[in-house]
Amino acid sequence: MKKFFKYLYLVLIFIFLYAPIATLVVLSFNRSKSRVRWGGFSLRWYDQLFGSSTIMTALYNTLLIAFLSALIATIIGTMAAIGINKMKKVPKSIVMGVNNIPLLNGEIVTGISLMLCFIAFGISLGFKTVLIAHITFNIPYVILSVMPKLKQITPGTYEAALDLGATPTYAFFKVIFPELLPGILSGYLLAFTMSLDDFIITHFTRGAGINTLSTLIYSEVRRGIKPTMYALSTLLFVSVLVLLLFINRPVKPKKKKN
Amino acid sequence: MNKKFFATPYIIWMTGFTIIPLLLILYYGLTDKTGAFTIDNIVSIATPEHAKALFLSIGLALISTLICLILAYPLAMILKSLQVNQNRFIVFLFILPMWMNFLLRTMAWQTLLENQGVINAIFRFLGLPQMKLINTSYAIIFGMVYNFLPFMILPIYNVLIKISDDIINAAKDLGANQFQVFLKIIFPLTLPGVISGITMVFIPALTTFVISNLLGGGKILLIGNVIEQEFTFSGNWHLGSGLSLVLMIFILVSMALLAKYDKNGEGTVF
Repeated sequence: MKKFFKYLYLVLIFIFLYAPIATLVVLSFNRSKSRVRWGGFSLRWYDQLFGSSTIMTALYNTLLIAFLSALIATIIGTMAAIGINKMKKVPKSIVMGVNNIPLLNGEIVTGISLMLCFIAFGISLGFKTVLIAHITFNIPYVILSVMPKLKQITPGTYEAALDLGATPTYAFFKVIFPELLPGILSGYLLAFTMSLDDFIITHFTRGAGINTLSTLIYSEVRRGIKPTMYALSTLLFVSVLVLLLFINRPVKPKKKKN
Repeated sequence: MNKKFFATPYIIWMTGFTIIPLLLILYYGLTDKTGAFTIDNIVSIATPEHAKALFLSIGLALISTLICLILAYPLAMILKSLQVNQNRFIVFLFILPMWMNFLLRTMAWQTLLENQGVINAIFRFLGLPQMKLINTSYAIIFGMVYNFLPFMILPIYNVLIKISDDIINAAKDLGANQFQVFLKIIFPLTLPGVISGITMVFIPALTTFVISNLLGGGKILLIGNVIEQEFTFSGNWHLGSGLSLVLMIFILVSMALLAKYDKNGEGTVF
């Protein structure tokens, strides 16, 4: 009985989290443009999607910014985590405090502060400012993912490798890096997701010329969103779902070879 | 090679793109258009219009945070009790919705909350009275809870799974009942996660302008909306920065809370 309520509660929360997603998926197949009336099944929005250069450009920008910002943030963040881990107590806590700022600051404050900064230093708003802004708010996520893995490393293995004649670089890539890899990968994935989903910071740092999916959707809100957006989101969501299910598939124990 | 210097690019980056920009807000917030020092921008929070927006924001953010906490804590306990060893999979389940654009997900709630929408249809079916949900504060709270709930669940869950069963068993052996175990052992140990979750929900809820825009029908102004309008429509950056400085007081308080209760950074979201 207790177990039943546990599962019921879980199911209710997941319905709450996934209800709007289900709604969007259903609406993407709706022939009618209305959000409340079902006009019959249709793939016309999917058809129109690939013909819309505005959406395709925005999609390209979104994915490129997410890819690059996550990549650069992962490199800077992983190096930073290694460096911070070696710091003494006081500088470490100062740096970790600063690291928390973009996470705790309201996105609106981060957004306008970066906008003021770009304008003050005469950097014209556009693709590169959005990229810089995304790297800035992504680095803390990478550091928070890599840090715990650094603490788990068995002490002495790196020194042992050095004693056995490995160069510091070789020892790093053979001993430390493999242990950090899960943290680095989840940091990258998290950074990519955060960049993809960001609207507020992009809104303030993008200037007029460039659109990501979020800003394009926001500008469409008043005119009414075209269901092509639902179609695009459905495609993105389903592809990620498949990818994540694949990564997290139950691993079968390897068969013993005779 | 000293590994400390690995952090150098990061420190340069954070100085250039986090600290200097914040100092610029401070500069703009404390000056007027001619560049002269003034505290008018900050004091303007006391004008009825701004004060109303600020108090409404604080109220809605507090309610949303409380609801998130009430929903998330039992959920985290259930997730722990399921003994799912795939911690990563659970994290994925909560970040997966983020791959559906945040604005679209919030828009989808418009559809669900509308007077002729799905929720009212279910109410009709159950014979319950119809509710006017869309364009009210309730809809905004709904949107906040929906968007920020994962940020409450994950930190609590992450702290909870680290509590060893031995500690709980020891308490039981010493005669504590389930309620005492929770009150004296589990809850105090999860406090870092709870505090981290509270700040991770409260701050975005306090500063949002998008959720209030989409679900409040543009009629309900939160402090985020006021600031956003100063930057995008009115063009009074000094006033906008001054009001942001007021918001940053809350951010500083939550950083202080985190530093006090979550010293080792265990209550991180991910």
